[in-house]
Amino acid sequence: MAKKMHGIKSHSLKTKRVNRSTGGNVAVFLMLIILGSFMLLPVVYTVVQAFKPMEELFLFPPRFMVQNPTIKNFKLISQLIDNLWVPFSRYLFNSVFVSAVGTAGNVIIASMAAYPLAKNDFPGKKILFKIVTIALLFSGGVLGLAQYIIMAKLHMINTYWALILPSVATPMGLFLMKQFMEGISTSLLEAARLDGMNEFQIYWHIVMPNVKPAWLTMIIFAFQGMWSMTGGNFIYKENLKMLPTALAQIQSGGIARAGVAAAANLLMFIPPVLMFLITQSSIMETMAHAGIKE
Amino acid sequence: MKETIKKKLSWAWHVFFPQRVKSNLSVWQRMKMNKVNYLMLAPYFILFTLFTIIPVIASLVLGFTYFNMLEAPKFTGLSNYISIFLNDDIFKLAIKNTIIFALLTGPVSYVLCFILAWFINDLPRHLRTFMTLVFYAPSLSGNLYLIWQFIFSDDQYGLVNSFLMTFMDLGIIKDPIKWFTDEKYIMITLIIVQLWLSLGAGFLALGAGFKTADATLYEAGAIDGIKNRFQELVYITIPSMKRQMLFAAVMQISSSFAVGNISVQLCGFPSTNYAGHTIMTHIHDFGTVRYDMGYACALSTLLLLIMLIMNKVITTVLVEKD
Repeated sequence: MAKKMHGIKSHSLKTKRVNRSTGGNVAVFLMLIILGSFMLLPVVYTVVQAFKPMEELFLFPPRFMVQNPTIKNFKLISQLIDNLWVPFSRYLFNSVFVSAVGTAGNVIIASMAAYPLAKNDFPGKKILFKIVTIALLFSGGVLGLAQYIIMAKLHMINTYWALILPSVATPMGLFLMKQFMEGISTSLLEAARLDGMNEFQIYWHIVMPNVKPAWLTMIIFAFQGMWSMTGGNFIYKENLKMLPTALAQIQSGGIARAGVAAAANLLMFIPPVLMFLITQSSIMETMAHAGIKE
Repeated sequence: MKETIKKKLSWAWHVFFPQRVKSNLSVWQRMKMNKVNYLMLAPYFILFTLFTIIPVIASLVLGFTYFNMLEAPKFTGLSNYISIFLNDDIFKLAIKNTIIFALLTGPVSYVLCFILAWFINDLPRHLRTFMTLVFYAPSLSGNLYLIWQFIFSDDQYGLVNSFLMTFMDLGIIKDPIKWFTDEKYIMITLIIVQLWLSLGAGFLALGAGFKTADATLYEAGAIDGIKNRFQELVYITIPSMKRQMLFAAVMQISSSFAVGNISVQLCGFPSTNYAGHTIMTHIHDFGTVRYDMGYACALSTLLLLIMLIMNKVITTVLVEKD
């Protein structure tokens, strides 16, 4: 049985390569390289800037690459960290805790709401989804005040909840999950119901494994959003603020800190990149399971 | 007059809340039958109502008031909207720039999102992950785009200026171009940065969509006589990617009409003669600089209406193709 399954899998993998001409492949590669360089060069420049000594940052004519790479900027960060208002580890903990809890909550709660909206029929379903779409498109940056008043009424100012709860119910996450879940075959869900599974079990054991690429993608969106939060409007206690606040303290000091700022930004960039690499390579593993679609 | 308004309102009502199919059971009975569905929706919609719906409704209402954030809001009817359309010359500039941004960056980046996700999908595993990172990296970090300040720097220390001035001693330009402060160049420079930033959520969702596409369909297609990758795209890939394409389209609308932050960060606020001014920077101006919250909310409502119209158009196009 196992052998047979394996045979089917490798066969369908091979057929993904049908209908590909060499000429077409060359054209595709050329396009990927040209557009890829346009996308990548500024990112590489950001990385390179962090390793430039002061005199190279303001060299004329400016050079793209670094000539005498130095880790002085990073060493300076570790010195500046000692002068923060609150121990650096506290900022780090705040950011990691809020991002982890918020991301997990966002994925679970938004996809649990997305499942009935995608696959079940009940009164109010269409209206609820319309409201989510409208909210998704409402982007004026004018919500802050009302959000603050609600937070204050709920006594959530200066708590982690103020950062976590609003990020848990994002319209984008629900929309993404719903779009993917609609592709799951209804007969598969019916079969699970006949087997005596309840809706929560179906959601967790049938629906979620079938939309793994979707929630792996959502993890990236959720994490990167939470990781860059400052705590801004809702947090006024320094020991509850997030990493970007510490970063701003390190970077304040004007032009003399240009190299340090670049190095600090680079360090902040590493966790989202790691998250991205982990989730994207897991998406690749899921391809063999595809085939239970409507 | 009143009749036509009523007609239009009911039209809008039907667009947003289409009639439900009549069933034998009453709504209440059907709701009771579906208890578990509401239970699953509850955690999301309770939080969503508190932190998104109520604030959105509040700002829709504030659009009809004068509110300086110190005194209680005063109801002023349509006066915000009237002054937006009749007295606000900067708004005309803002809406023009917003539409230029949306029309130039929206469709281009949407097509790029799709084509690149499609091409990348063919690559072997590790190369695929790497290329996805290359295209998504600009969106991965909130402030990575600030590097363009150094690339398009106004003086000769900027990479682009220095390249144009010294490249092979050709002297393509004699004096440094003020990319972010010269009226002539602001829009084009911002469009380049925006395009660089625009392979975001839609791009990743499409990539994930290709991964859930059924591999056996391609095999069947090959047997049925599909000869090249373009036929495969038209007959198999696009039909099975409808839902992800819709998601990407909506994300693209919301990001290309909401350009504003990059203008404030890169060109300063206000930009020279408002050359990089958009509806979003206009909202920023009234909401956080002039403390005229009512006006800012009215502007947000208008931006929402524009996006909803675009959303309706695109949904119709994408769904009707079925």
